[in-house]
Amino acid sequence: MDFSFTEEQSMLRDTVASYLADHYDFDKRRAAVGKEPGWRPEVWKAFAEELGILGAPFSEELGGLGGGPIDNMIVMEEFGKALVVEPYLGTVVIGGGFLKHSGHACAADLIGSVIEGKTLFAFAQAEPQSRYNLASVATTAKKDGAGWTLNGHKAVVMGAPFATHLIVTARTSGGERDAGGISVFLVDKSAKGVTTRDYPTVDGNRASEVYFENVSVGADALIGTADNGLPLVEKVVDEAIAAVCAEACGVLSRLHTGTLEYTKQRKQFGAPISSFQVLQHRMVDMFINVEQAISMTYMANIKVSDDAERAKAASAAKVQIGKACRFVGQNAIQLHGGMGMTDEMAIGHYFKRATMIESAFGSVDHHLARYEGLSLGKAA
Amino acid sequence: MNLDFTPEENAFRDEVRAFIKDNYPADLRAAQNEGRTLTKEEHLSWHKVLAKKGWLAPSWPVEHGGTGWTPTQKYIWSEESARADCQGVLPFGVSMLAPVLYTFGTEEQKKRFLPDIYNGKVWWCQGYSEPGAGSDLASLKCKAERMTADDGKEYYLVNGQKTWTTLGQFADWGFFLVRTDQNSKPQAGISFLLIDMTSPGISVRPIITLEGGHEVNDVFLDNVKVPVENRIFHENQGWTCAKALLAHERSGIAGVARSKRNLEKLRTIAGTERSDVGGSLLSEAFFRRKVAELEIDLTALEFTELRTLAGESSGKGPGPESSILKIKGTEIQQRLQELALEAVGHYGAPFLREGQGNNLGIGPDYADGLAGEMFNGRKTSIYGGSNEIQRNIIAKAVLGL
Repeated sequence: MDFSFTEEQSMLRDTVASYLADHYDFDKRRAAVGKEPGWRPEVWKAFAEELGILGAPFSEELGGLGGGPIDNMIVMEEFGKALVVEPYLGTVVIGGGFLKHSGHACAADLIGSVIEGKTLFAFAQAEPQSRYNLASVATTAKKDGAGWTLNGHKAVVMGAPFATHLIVTARTSGGERDAGGISVFLVDKSAKGVTTRDYPTVDGNRASEVYFENVSVGADALIGTADNGLPLVEKVVDEAIAAVCAEACGVLSRLHTGTLEYTKQRKQFGAPISSFQVLQHRMVDMFINVEQAISMTYMANIKVSDDAERAKAASAAKVQIGKACRFVGQNAIQLHGGMGMTDEMAIGHYFKRATMIESAFGSVDHHLARYEGLSLGKAA
Repeated sequence: MNLDFTPEENAFRDEVRAFIKDNYPADLRAAQNEGRTLTKEEHLSWHKVLAKKGWLAPSWPVEHGGTGWTPTQKYIWSEESARADCQGVLPFGVSMLAPVLYTFGTEEQKKRFLPDIYNGKVWWCQGYSEPGAGSDLASLKCKAERMTADDGKEYYLVNGQKTWTTLGQFADWGFFLVRTDQNSKPQAGISFLLIDMTSPGISVRPIITLEGGHEVNDVFLDNVKVPVENRIFHENQGWTCAKALLAHERSGIAGVARSKRNLEKLRTIAGTERSDVGGSLLSEAFFRRKVAELEIDLTALEFTELRTLAGESSGKGPGPESSILKIKGTEIQQRLQELALEAVGHYGAPFLREGQGNNLGIGPDYADGLAGEMFNGRKTSIYGGSNEIQRNIIAKAVLGL
């Protein structure tokens, strides 16, 4: 049993943390997300060229750093602390995950291009009717000669405005919520028939509604096997959950430490408000939530590579993290009082990101139900 | 003890319902439906209709323009107003300042200020909180020194900063708590002043809140001259006025009728949204249970409020028990906002800029702005005395701890 990090992993954390300290303070971030294009391509370039972190979870033979989920966890936790909006999750964790696991013919080339910072992915999975059910896919892909023709509407595709390529789930057979009949496609965002409506999200990120109208793709656009894409989607989404839990840990720790600092310097009734027992207990409960969230995030990232344990681990972590995001986020605002309500203070921005993470890749209710099914079996 | 409405009360309900239906301003309704930010005129349009009808201020004494309604009639009125989704009358003049004026003001002050509050001619704002005086309001520092002008008239020279002044950007006048005695105990040296917001030396600066809206402001007072006759009640006894006002602020804060309306909206949203398995979200056991629990909590709050109202009609003013209404009322409002955001799933994410209106065309219209409402709604457990302070009030004033 060992919860320590390797020397390489500690260096990775230091590299990311020190770059973000220099280039990603709250004011710089706020200025960038408040105007077009809503992110900083030069930061992405630095991730690729100066830091080399876009290769963190890829093998050395692919040009990566030879890490895995724990390395994603380290990067994402640091990103959470700085509220980074650049699309590491969509590109490296999700896009990279699909390429790694599928054995796609172009995987090596595309991963190389990801590591260089040239290819960016967004995951076009959710649909207006799907809620959090990964099998609810109404977008269709019809066989057309050797290739496929896609039609449909993908909802709230995070990071799509920055992406060069989309990873799209589409139905190649079966009914709207059947587990079978789902296939995964790689689509160039500039392909004919792809249109997007881009918009900012409440947490300072960007997303798009993506519409496919008779989009023709070649046979090589298929990732994995036709009709049997759902297990691959579930695996990659579980990895994404493990990563977003790590981001949450960064966000939560800032919410907690920010609240400690504020209550120590804020004086009312002639004393720092941190001296009031009712607030102390609240901050202790916030602390317990943060610690439990970190524990579950470690657990999920350790187990996510084991297909037998992966799903349960990811859902359990997401439940814990979802609850922590709500409790810690809301109490951070409450203990900041009116100041917590202002756009000018960072705390509200962490709260907004925590709120969005709460429902990312499925709400507490969704993952409780999934966990129940996996652990207790179907209810009688 | 009974809950039945008399035939007269039922007739009153019909009258109220018909009046709202026939008289609610169409342009205000349109602005609400589009979800856009209201103009100053729109904020006041329903107020003016009610003033003309004589229904603006049900809680005021009849001699000043109150309706003389029974608590049941007031309850019916607020329930019907919420049912029809009427814009609430702005509280600053009508429910915050007016009770102080008719309780503590001189005859002259009542005559001078109450009519313009009633007819909506003067927009009032509140100058209570300061950057260093929030929960500990009595520690406020905004200083008022008593001076004599060359013509022999006395005035206060006011210097300091107020904050969280809601809709102060529209205000004509403000009611302010200022320190007139530096040496006494914090509560003892405070006076209650009415200040013309166009006075030289006053400036108002917007505070943008986390969801992106502009509702609250900083107010700076730099050598502002305020005639002594604009002081309500005795010098250094403004805290008495302030406390009375805060108790009124708390009782209105329960927002039962509005929460009922929002619960209906939540049921509509959850009845329309699809669950993971394709039925309506409201047909899912986990969601039904949350909605049911909320309905039960709201019922408990409603009956607690009714008991408080009944107490008021028997001559007891809103006492420290009103803190219960504030705590439970705001908790319920916040849970409603959380559940509505949960209900819309992915479409809670798109950002709605202030004033953009709820016709983004991304996802269902009812999802637009729900996240912003939830973020903004966090203020309710902070303002009007935070919920922690309310618990202190109950501990001290009700339980005697």
